Amino acid sequence: MRHLLTPQDFTTEELNTLFDLADDIGKHPDTYSHAMEGKKLATLFYEPSTRTRLSIETAMLNLGGRTMGFADAQSSSAAKGETVADTIRVISCFADIAAIRHPKEGAAMVAARYSSIPVINAGDGGHQHPTQTLTDMLTIRSLKGRLDNYVIGLCGDLKFGRTVHSLISAMSRYENIRFVFISPPELRVPDYVTDALNDLGIPYEEVTRLEDALDRLDFLYMTRVQKERFFNEEDYVRLKDYYILDRNKLSLAKSDMYILHPLPRVNEIAPEVDDDPRAAYFRQVKYGVYVRMALILTLMDPASLNA
Amino acid sequence: MLNVGKIEEGYVLDHIPAGKAMSIYHHLGLDRAEFPVAIIKNARSEIMGKKDILKAECDPETLNMDVLAFIDSNITVNVIKNGEIIEKKHLELPKEIVNVMRCSNPRCISTAESELPHIFYLADSARQIYRCRYCDVKYEEKDSGRIM
Repeated sequence: MRHLLTPQDFTTEELNTLFDLADDIGKHPDTYSHAMEGKKLATLFYEPSTRTRLSIETAMLNLGGRTMGFADAQSSSAAKGETVADTIRVISCFADIAAIRHPKEGAAMVAARYSSIPVINAGDGGHQHPTQTLTDMLTIRSLKGRLDNYVIGLCGDLKFGRTVHSLISAMSRYENIRFVFISPPELRVPDYVTDALNDLGIPYEEVTRLEDALDRLDFLYMTRVQKERFFNEEDYVRLKDYYILDRNKLSLAKSDMYILHPLPRVNEIAPEVDDDPRAAYFRQVKYGVYVRMALILTLMDPASLNA
Repeated sequence: MLNVGKIEEGYVLDHIPAGKAMSIYHHLGLDRAEFPVAIIKNARSEIMGKKDILKAECDPETLNMDVLAFIDSNITVNVIKNGEIIEKKHLELPKEIVNVMRCSNPRCISTAESELPHIFYLADSARQIYRCRYCDVKYEEKDSGRIM
């Protein structure tokens, strides 16, 4: 049985197979509209989420399957003190596949350990968010036709931004990738991420000004400073508007640079940027559904990866 | 030179960096032991200049080698039977350490659900870095109060 806890759970060859499937789903959605008929997806969301939950549920519905679950911890047995291990053991009796989002880091790993059905990590605290990473990777591949040879800038909350950590570790596996980390000193990438880059000999630089990085990027991955990750309101208020990408700053970027964002956006990208052809963040959402459909199909039939 | 009597059965931990013996004493749970334990601090050493030595008279099998290797893999373990050294063990960093220390990350699931095993994996053997299996946060010297 296969789970998706981090993007590293799949080899690059397996990811290619998954992305090929996602491409095909995008081109021929009707072919897959009954593929999960009679199957149930449980969405265990201990933390609020709009797009990830709806994207995963849409993916299952598009495949002809059904969904069930809860959208916040208060409406689950977690409010009564049930552990993740016990919850997933019970859910394994109801559903065929589960997606879990939890504020605690490693919760999806615990779920996978005690589960008898495939588990999708839909975000665990500030740790990993692999389905967003698959979305980001499919977007990059679809926009430029490859996953190697890029300078990728990541901007904003690089400390608590789980999509950032997942994307860095996933893209590190491709040839000639360089990173530029753009963040205030308080929100730099954690050392486990930079240690891994150092070990792999992957070049990266850390800067605090967006203007200092823009001219050499092939992709700019913007992120929101997440209020829910701060213990201290004062720190959040101080850092939330540190970066705002507007048309003026964007004029420094290459004409074929793409802007990605895991969404939701607050005010780190000015709405005036939305009409720029380089703004790809709303297109990402569509790719997110395709890749989650491909993921569900793959986890329900892992042998397809070797077919 | 200070002399401490021979032990009949047990272990002698040699080449402990000077000043670390008390920490090892606690981490091995020897503060709760009923058997005789001797600590020699700042013994003269040709190689190290100064070193600590720890002797425990007990069943040598009870020594938790993983804990010891995690604390300092350069320590030599002399296994004693019938008053003689029958084996010198060299420590290797364990690939995984279970229920030895707790994660310091307040956002980690292991800090919220108490029945979970506390698991750390060897992320970098050259730099002796261990990380929490659940959240990948590094275990650091300053977290030594989190050793169980």
